[in-house]
Amino acid sequence: MSIINKKRWLGFLLLGVGLIALFIVNISFGSVYISFSDICHVLLGDEASKIAYNSIILNSRLPQTITALLAGAGLAVGGLQMQTLFRNPLADPYILGISSGSGLGVALVLLLAGSVFGVSVSALGVLGQLTVVSAAFMGAFLVLLLIVFFARILRDNTTLLIVGIMVGYAAASVIGIMKYYSPKEDVQAFVIWGMGSFANVGWEQLKVFSPIIILGLLVSLLLVKPLNILVLGENYAHNLGLNVKRTRLYILYCTGLLTAVITAFCGPIAFLGLAVPHLTKGLFRTSDHKILVPAVILAGAVLSLFCNFIARMPGFESALPINVVTGILGAPIVVSVILKRRHINGSN
Amino acid sequence: MVMDDVLLETKALQVGYVDKGQPRNSLHSDININLSKGEFVCLLGPNGAGKSTLIKTLSGFIPPLSGEVFVNNKPLSKLKLHDIAKTTSVVLTEQVAPSNMTVFDLVALGRVPYTGFFGRLSSKDVGVVNQAIHDVGLDGFAERMVSLLSDGERQKAVIAKALVQDTPLIILDEPTAFLDLPSRIEIMYLLKIMAKQRHKAILLSTHDLDLALQMADKIWLLAAGRDIEVGTPEDLVLDNGFSRFFNKEGLLFDNDSGSFKVVVEDTKPIYLNGRGTEYQWVSRALKRVGYKTTTSIGNYPQVEITSNGHREYTLQMPNGKTQKALSIHELLGLIQVSGN
Repeated sequence: MSIINKKRWLGFLLLGVGLIALFIVNISFGSVYISFSDICHVLLGDEASKIAYNSIILNSRLPQTITALLAGAGLAVGGLQMQTLFRNPLADPYILGISSGSGLGVALVLLLAGSVFGVSVSALGVLGQLTVVSAAFMGAFLVLLLIVFFARILRDNTTLLIVGIMVGYAAASVIGIMKYYSPKEDVQAFVIWGMGSFANVGWEQLKVFSPIIILGLLVSLLLVKPLNILVLGENYAHNLGLNVKRTRLYILYCTGLLTAVITAFCGPIAFLGLAVPHLTKGLFRTSDHKILVPAVILAGAVLSLFCNFIARMPGFESALPINVVTGILGAPIVVSVILKRRHINGSN
Repeated sequence: MVMDDVLLETKALQVGYVDKGQPRNSLHSDININLSKGEFVCLLGPNGAGKSTLIKTLSGFIPPLSGEVFVNNKPLSKLKLHDIAKTTSVVLTEQVAPSNMTVFDLVALGRVPYTGFFGRLSSKDVGVVNQAIHDVGLDGFAERMVSLLSDGERQKAVIAKALVQDTPLIILDEPTAFLDLPSRIEIMYLLKIMAKQRHKAILLSTHDLDLALQMADKIWLLAAGRDIEVGTPEDLVLDNGFSRFFNKEGLLFDNDSGSFKVVVEDTKPIYLNGRGTEYQWVSRALKRVGYKTTTSIGNYPQVEITSNGHREYTLQMPNGKTQKALSIHELLGLIQVSGN
């Protein structure tokens, strides 16, 4: 047992060191080369050798790094909660149709505003961006309310899961209609939103973004005991004294809020929510959420920072869309973890 | 038995399902049964008899349609969820196979009603969990992954979970389904021991009639559309409870052997002489091929068990022809050849 505990501490240490290292790497590298001493100066509140460097680090790289960190942590823990709640390894924070809701909201303003009112929101700058964020959040929040409504009347989780997936299909199809009738430029703006980005969250937005994400992360830490009980399934959980319906609502609110806010500000960041819980379970080999929840939060932040770094690797003309990177990195990770587990489990 | 020992009692209980917008689907009504501390009770009945529904009602998963279940003289419907968690533990038919979960972690979940907000185990909890793992015979399995266990081992782990929940009542829904015969016997024996040594009231539903007859203190017989029959196994046999019950289900229950009779048509008489175990099994073999053994000589074949160190059977046909056989296989062959 002590060997296992030691391994776990090593895992946490590894993630912690990785987080700090990647945080520094994310601030240090980008399309503009800034020397390490300049970076230290700026972070300590001094002037860099060029004034522009201050602005690049403080107003671009730092908020983007914080955003990537928080979004990765939030999506990963949301994915873990959904996988545990639905006892389904394929569940992710988007399984409830929340991202489809924000997609619909964004499509309404980006596509419909253009064709109906003749206003191109994508060309509106800061105001346009605020509109997009609000629309995305409204869409996500409405879907969350719908899911919560169904969660109150439906007994079993599988039905709820199906409702969530159906909401996703319905939204996708409405978006499809709008795309079909919209001008090219607006469709492209929507496609770009769908590829996700950590770059649109500045300090002003972080004032809203970070407190909500941190709150969501804290709530997820408070839910470790109910999550552990739910691993056994609803019936055993009920027999162990857990109010399954109420707990399910708490979990849905937690994941829902995290996902809605992250999607509103960063777009539907793909794969992190699915890949990180698998990666963490493979690394820590436990089903105990006292370990899994903090580990998934850390690992989500680490993987997200890593993807953000790859996307902005020096040498690329401009930053790659974040979803391109998460998908390419995330898919092999999930496959390798699952193959490894199959190998261990033999033919099972 | 003293009345104070009654742990679970039902009064005019009606069980069934309520579907939304549908009339109530009542399966059984006016059930008045009780279960005492230290009692090991098996619930028997064919598929579709409503065993699971009764079990779910007794463990508080679904409400009764009418009547009431009393646990420790308190109505179940008035008990809080976390009080039920400390009174009744369950083992369900659904398979528990979470990935990356050790036996220790699975069993430890039974302590959930006693742990704090984060579910941290005290040293006392750890001791209770290890003791239960030992009690169910899973020593050395604590750090193994549940997903790697055999069905029998996994079932033991779930029973250990029920034990650490430390409830006076344990209800198990077909805990021996999917298990091989040795595991079935092991699990039943384990539960019986728990009932006797820990004075727990244990109710389990099962299809293992012969094991239930041998081990249960009481048997509850349940079939669709009929009143529940309750009694000790022996009383149910001697009062023809079993034969009455199963004959209506189209099965012949043999009161002598306590098992089901498979009717072989057209039985012919045969004389059999011998002793002990060997006599029993030769007799069974003859029965299987359509002969009824008698102890009086007549105008029919005679079999003499003349085993002396090694097995030997002498067959004499009515026409006086005598043959020897060295195994039952040979004997049956001779009888069938000569008989035709």
